[in-house]
Amino acid sequence: MSVIVFADTRGAKVAKSALETLTYGRKLANKEGTTLTLATFGDAPADRLAALDANKVTVARNIGDADNQQLARFVADVAAKEGAKWVICSHDDTGKAVAPRVAARLKAGEVAGATTLPNEQGHIKRNVFSGKAQAWVELKTPVKVVSLLPNSIPVEAAQGTATVEEFTGDTGTAKVTVKEVRKAGEGIPLPEAEIVVSAGRGMKGPENWGLVEELAKELHAATACSRPVSDMDWRPHHEHVGQTGLAIRPNLYIAIGISGAIQHLAGVNGSKVICVINNDPEAPFFKAADYGIVGDAFQVLPKLIEAAKKLNAEK
Amino acid sequence: MKILVLISHVPDTTARIAFTNDNTAYDANGVQFIVNPYDEWYALVRALELKEAQGGSVTTITVGGAATEPTIRKALAIGADDAVRVDAEPKDGHDVAVQVAAYAKDKGFDLVLAGKETIDHNGSQVGPMVAELLELPFISLAAKLDVAGGKATAERDVRGDVEVVECALPLVVSCAKGMAEQRIPNMRGIMAARTKPLQVVPAVASEALSTSVKFELPPPKQAVKLIPAEEAGKLIELLHTEAKVI
Ligand SMILES: Cc1cc2nc3c(=O)[nH]c(=O)nc-3n(C[C@H](O)[C@H](O)[C@H](O)COP(=O)(O)OP(=O)(O)OC[C@H]3O[C@@H](n4cnc5c(N)ncnc54)[C@H](O)[C@@H]3O)c2cc1C
Repeated sequence: MSVIVFADTRGAKVAKSALETLTYGRKLANKEGTTLTLATFGDAPADRLAALDANKVTVARNIGDADNQQLARFVADVAAKEGAKWVICSHDDTGKAVAPRVAARLKAGEVAGATTLPNEQGHIKRNVFSGKAQAWVELKTPVKVVSLLPNSIPVEAAQGTATVEEFTGDTGTAKVTVKEVRKAGEGIPLPEAEIVVSAGRGMKGPENWGLVEELAKELHAATACSRPVSDMDWRPHHEHVGQTGLAIRPNLYIAIGISGAIQHLAGVNGSKVICVINNDPEAPFFKAADYGIVGDAFQVLPKLIEAAKKLNAEK
Repeated sequence: MKILVLISHVPDTTARIAFTNDNTAYDANGVQFIVNPYDEWYALVRALELKEAQGGSVTTITVGGAATEPTIRKALAIGADDAVRVDAEPKDGHDVAVQVAAYAKDKGFDLVLAGKETIDHNGSQVGPMVAELLELPFISLAAKLDVAGGKATAERDVRGDVEVVECALPLVVSCAKGMAEQRIPNMRGIMAARTKPLQVVPAVASEALSTSVKFELPPPKQAVKLIPAEEAGKLIELLHTEAKVI
């Protein structure tokens, strides 16, 4: 019996979402009195893998993240070998595809987008109705799969002394292949951002986004927008947050010239702190906000940028 | 090209969210149901565009009771050729996937399209589970999808980058924003939908692997703290010293 964590360890440094899944897995393993095995893939150097908080690391060197069928075979294989009781993934782009496949393959119940560890009854909480409610989920199977919603638990990074072994099992050939990756600009990717500056139709036109971008830059934030703004091509589609766009839960969400329609709120109501800037005191967004400024964005934004610059200079 | 589109029946985006039976079940009383927006706007419309350009057929499949039929007719009004309803209340995401896979298994679909998630359960589970049960490749979160020469090409927004991926048919794809524009059904479509085939098939045996045992509503938010516009800069100060988020 053990706990398996599947995480992406590639890149210059191990992603926060990967460390979150390891923290989650470690807590579960402690609770169950068992060990933690990390199943990972790619080219991360063995010494870096050994330093992660796992008892054992199994790394599949020759598979990428393009084909989730291969990844699922890999994870299910490791789970079977280790007699896993729990399989933990991040509910990120890769995990969202791999966790359900692993669950179906192992005929295991899955909590998709978990926000808590199991409570005393073993139930795990997740968001439903696009963040307008939460559900406690009971998993009825001996093997349980959890995909953890990013930013749900604080990372507790213990220094590990894991043994690292290379995976030699057969995962078939990749049927999905990456032809090309078009790198986005320098900005911070929205799903991982801790601070998000978002703007809506109140900004009047794409030519005015300089102010939004400048504030975002000063706050080290990612930029986002409301649906009409991306529909009108003022901003790219991947910035669209809300019920039909991206759901995000940063520590700070600043909404400028966004009315706060229920479908917009659905994508951002998990944010820890919400600030709203709107010239209409009746804008529904103020009801969901922690801080608010009733005022014209074009007057308020320069003041915020100036204050942020000042703060940065002091820090 | 034979395309299967998964259609989920969900509460309208503005529906009141409340629970009954000691918070163990969603209170659907007086709630208007719609086609899950991701299924409708992106998956179904893109399926229709591909069929219009290349020929073939678009079938929809829904797991649900008779109450889902108006939602299914809406999908037919938008342009699907025929529909299948698996006659069972879905038990969980896995059960839905089992039902869909059981139907699709020997029908020779080239492409199975799902929305990236439903707006009620938000699981993102059914597409990848169907793929696993049918032993098919799966492309998740596609924002663009094209098919040529027996091959699908998709664009995915991953961590801000755009990834272009390729896969031979058949496969399962989950569809996100960018793939197509919403289509409003016209009168002709609505009339035609009444007589299009809607086949009701019995469910296969399947167990719930998970259950939502209790629902909760988030605690009400405290009143907003307003900062006068003239002193807007104070907001930054408060975010630093009070909220401690910057
Ligand atoms: C099925 C469905 C799904 C949807 N999904 C989404 C979704 O995922 N995301 C989403 O965002 N929307 C979604 N919508 C649309 C949503 O209902 C709203 O129409 C949309 O969010 C409004 O965008 P907005 O706030 O930018 O624009 P508006 O509603 O036009 O609001 C503009 C705001 O700017 C303020 N303003 C104007 N000028 C200024 C100024 N100078 N300074 C400060 N403030 C100013 C106004 O007071 C107003 O509150 C969906 C709708 C439906 C039906």
